[in-house]
Amino acid sequence: MSADESYPADLRYHHDHDWVRVAGDEATFGITWHAQDALGEVVFFEPPTVGSRVEADGSYGSLESVKAVSDVIAPLAGTVTVVNDAVVESPELVNEAPYDAGWLIRVKLDDVAAVESLLDAAAYQATL
Amino acid sequence: MAPTPRKTPLHDRHVELGARMVDFAGWEMPVYYVGINEEHRAVRARAGLFDVSHMGQFEITGTGAEGLLRKALASDIDRLDEGQAQYSFLLNARGGIIDDLIVYKLPNKVWLLVVNAGNIAIDLAHLKSFKHRAATITDVSDETAMIALQGPVAMELLADIWPKKTPAPETGKPFTIVERVVAGVPSRVAYTGYTGEPGVEIMCAADRAGDLWDGILARREHGVVPSGLGARDTLRLEVGYPLHGHDINPKTTPIEASLGRFVHLGREFMGSDVLDKQAAKGVKRRLVGLKIVDRAIPREGYPILSGGEKIGTITSGTLSPSIDRGIGLGYVPEMFAKPGTVLQVDIRGRLRDAEVVKLPFYKKEA
Repeated sequence: MSADESYPADLRYHHDHDWVRVAGDEATFGITWHAQDALGEVVFFEPPTVGSRVEADGSYGSLESVKAVSDVIAPLAGTVTVVNDAVVESPELVNEAPYDAGWLIRVKLDDVAAVESLLDAAAYQATL
Repeated sequence: MAPTPRKTPLHDRHVELGARMVDFAGWEMPVYYVGINEEHRAVRARAGLFDVSHMGQFEITGTGAEGLLRKALASDIDRLDEGQAQYSFLLNARGGIIDDLIVYKLPNKVWLLVVNAGNIAIDLAHLKSFKHRAATITDVSDETAMIALQGPVAMELLADIWPKKTPAPETGKPFTIVERVVAGVPSRVAYTGYTGEPGVEIMCAADRAGDLWDGILARREHGVVPSGLGARDTLRLEVGYPLHGHDINPKTTPIEASLGRFVHLGREFMGSDVLDKQAAKGVKRRLVGLKIVDRAIPREGYPILSGGEKIGTITSGTLSPSIDRGIGLGYVPEMFAKPGTVLQVDIRGRLRDAEVVKLPFYKKEA
């Protein structure tokens, strides 16, 4: 079952429908409610390897629904520290809880201040 | 500017049911209501109800009807008794598939062709190009709706809305058609489908389609769910049925598409000389089923490789909900077409082992 539409105010957003939650110099990445809704039921997550680099605006993996494949875009640059294995095992978590259990990776950020370049919830929703 | 997509007589019902609508072959159609996987599983376990009113329907009548169909179709219509049907093809002079279709022999010397929505205009022009003066081709697509009820409980549900004093619905044999009043709606009930499940495709007047749809969904106690084109696609792919415009097209012949069993050779019809030659001498390439060994999903357009060389292309692919593996169809040279052969599919830059398997990918346990 899909979650209800929401865009939590404590997150920052990338225009390609990705979100970031920053804690210290680490950030959690995921895709927004809008992105998972457009994709449909997610059936497959191809994650990056722990220790690999992700670049801002660059693809770090892919999510697939029955009908389509979508690259997932890193909102900020850094090094992958954790992959959410729960999503690899149960990709539907991305639909069920896109901002909680459905997070995708954790990244040690190159530059924490770069988060200020991202959209807040209101600005992101204005792009939809 | 793209023309506005057309709407079937059931459009408002789909919207009311919360369907995600997409443009398909010029029609605004439900891709899913709740989710593709859920609908797919409902059809395999219970029953699904599909609006397939976008499909084309032609009635062929007149003293020249049979003469036309003998020339235009790759199957032998003289094998059909009244009330029977065949899967068949319209071919071009090179033996390529203009369209795949089902031909029904109805009472009163009426022949019915059910064709793909996207090919209606092309098929009509092709049929008319035979210039059979004594055959009348009537496109009844706009006046006719079609609803597919598919799944193991389809017949049980149908019995509830079936006229008394007629043989029970489950007595109908595959590839036959009967006229019945179903849920109060005069209909043609064809024992055909595109899911690999028992079921029917019910045709009725466009302005009665809502009554038929509602009459079936009123029997929800059987576990029937409205199902979209998304599940229709994964269901058909699991049982290895080709989709025109993807797995088969005017550049592929039925023999190359491993559909030779539906063609009746030894007769003269459009494209038959090419098929005769292919049947005798073999073909260079063949459509095969590929099952990805790892957990990865092949998609249309992905290259198929052997020994690092590209040998073909995926024409349809998905994650199979029933077997939970990536499956696909694609053309490969005959030497690689044997079941058990291990090839590779380039899935976005990563080569994944793929085994050639005998179709269907999915078969119900007896």
